[in-house]
Amino acid sequence: MITYLLTIYENEKLYEGKPEEEMAQLMGEYDAFTESIKKSGNYVGGEALQPVATATTVRVRDGKRLTTDGPFAETKEQLGGFYLVKAKNLDEAIAIASRIPGAKAGSVEVRPCVDFSQQG
Amino acid sequence: MAPASDIDKLYREETGRILPTLIRLLGDFTLAEDALQEAFQAAVEQWPREGTPPLPRAWIIQTARHRAIDRVRRGQRLREKTALLEQALEGLSASLESAPVIADDQLRLLYTCCHPSLAPEAQVALTLRTLCGLTTEEIARAFFVPTPAMAQRIVRAQRKIRDAGVPYEVPERSELRERTRAVLATIYLTFNEGYSATGGDSLVRVDLCEEAIRLGRIVVTLLSETLRAEASAMLALMVLHHARRFARVAPDGGLVLLDQQDRTLWRKDEAEEGAALLHKALSLGARGPYAIQAAIAALHLQAETPAHTDWAQIVGLYDRLLAIDPSPIVALNRAAAVAMAEGAERGLAQIDDLAASGVLRGYHLLPASRADLLRRLGRFEEAATAYREALSLTRNDAERRFLEARLVEVSRGR
Repeated sequence: MITYLLTIYENEKLYEGKPEEEMAQLMGEYDAFTESIKKSGNYVGGEALQPVATATTVRVRDGKRLTTDGPFAETKEQLGGFYLVKAKNLDEAIAIASRIPGAKAGSVEVRPCVDFSQQG
Repeated sequence: MAPASDIDKLYREETGRILPTLIRLLGDFTLAEDALQEAFQAAVEQWPREGTPPLPRAWIIQTARHRAIDRVRRGQRLREKTALLEQALEGLSASLESAPVIADDQLRLLYTCCHPSLAPEAQVALTLRTLCGLTTEEIARAFFVPTPAMAQRIVRAQRKIRDAGVPYEVPERSELRERTRAVLATIYLTFNEGYSATGGDSLVRVDLCEEAIRLGRIVVTLLSETLRAEASAMLALMVLHHARRFARVAPDGGLVLLDQQDRTLWRKDEAEEGAALLHKALSLGARGPYAIQAAIAALHLQAETPAHTDWAQIVGLYDRLLAIDPSPIVALNRAAAVAMAEGAERGLAQIDDLAASGVLRGYHLLPASRADLLRRLGRFEEAATAYREALSLTRNDAERRFLEARLVEVSRGR
């Protein structure tokens, strides 16, 4: 099994004016999806993130700490949440990613994690 | 005696068969490739000295498996893994004797190389490298990419297959149709790269056509009937185009247009094979772009002279192609066919409409086609202007010489 990080990128502005019932429905979809990958044994972890307005970026240069307001990169779509899953190969990970509700409006990046136990 | 060319030939013919099996057993592109390279390297060193072994292919396989085990031993401390590998490789020689296993491995590898998570140009390069046995230099030359850049592209794709966990298998039924489309597109792209006269080393380009056809044949034999229709149509299209290869290029390397080709140079046997493949594809239900284009190619090959060509039917086929796969290039080809079927004026009017729409701006074949029709209509001055425009857009030497010759003709008022 390979561990994959599925990161969900969406334009968070789309959520600002969304009516409550639509938001509730979307949350329901997420709950159902999370439940299903827990049941299938693929789930390792996952979180939803607060909007990028809450982000702070930290850099250390020449031993000095620089702290700036905002995300790592200003982009049209923002990292809004993630899942950590175990899958037998990329095809299975892609199949899981395509069922994430956010994939319909935004995009989901699928990245394998490094397996340090296989090295050396 | 084992002249280098014999080993070369063996390399070319056997790589595409042995490598997929080695990759399956070792689960690692790089390890399999390295082992195979080392085995051939050993052959180059030993055979001229000690004579060619009685079973050259078996010798290569044996040597490759020993080298693979050595490498794993050197790089891996886990003993049980080596034991497992040895066990897996024990069965290798036996499995290489049975054709279906080889074919299955080739198909599995083809789908792995054409995985949608890889960039299309990487798909083509990887397919040529691992299934056709072309060297990185040859692939780089064929695609006009510097060798280091092509090497990097291939290595990156191989690493992604390993690290991202791209499965080494034929996809499940639910995805098979979509993925097969990508496999066919890769093969056809390979063929086109060899077929379209964009310059370069012509020898390697014929090689590309032949490799694409070889892959096409593998795919056709391995796919189930429902998917075989489109694959057969694509194979038919490639074979039919390829049948004209000796007539398409003049002795000086220049381009010869369809209506001026020496039809005795067309390969009759291949034309017949292509037609039979198309017939088979149609009977299996193929109705897609490959089938229609193959039908057009078949009609050209059937005509004994340009005047005997069934242009009306060709225009009809272009109509169907436009309906399912609309593109301005198809529209331009259709206009050229209309000019043959219904007269140059009608064709010219359609090309003028296309030019006015601006979708093919910068595409040299638009003014070149216009120029040709104007020439046929005797409107030499306008033709000369169009030839000059085409000349300013083309980047291909053979085509440039062709257009320059025509420009001289119309300038003399012929």
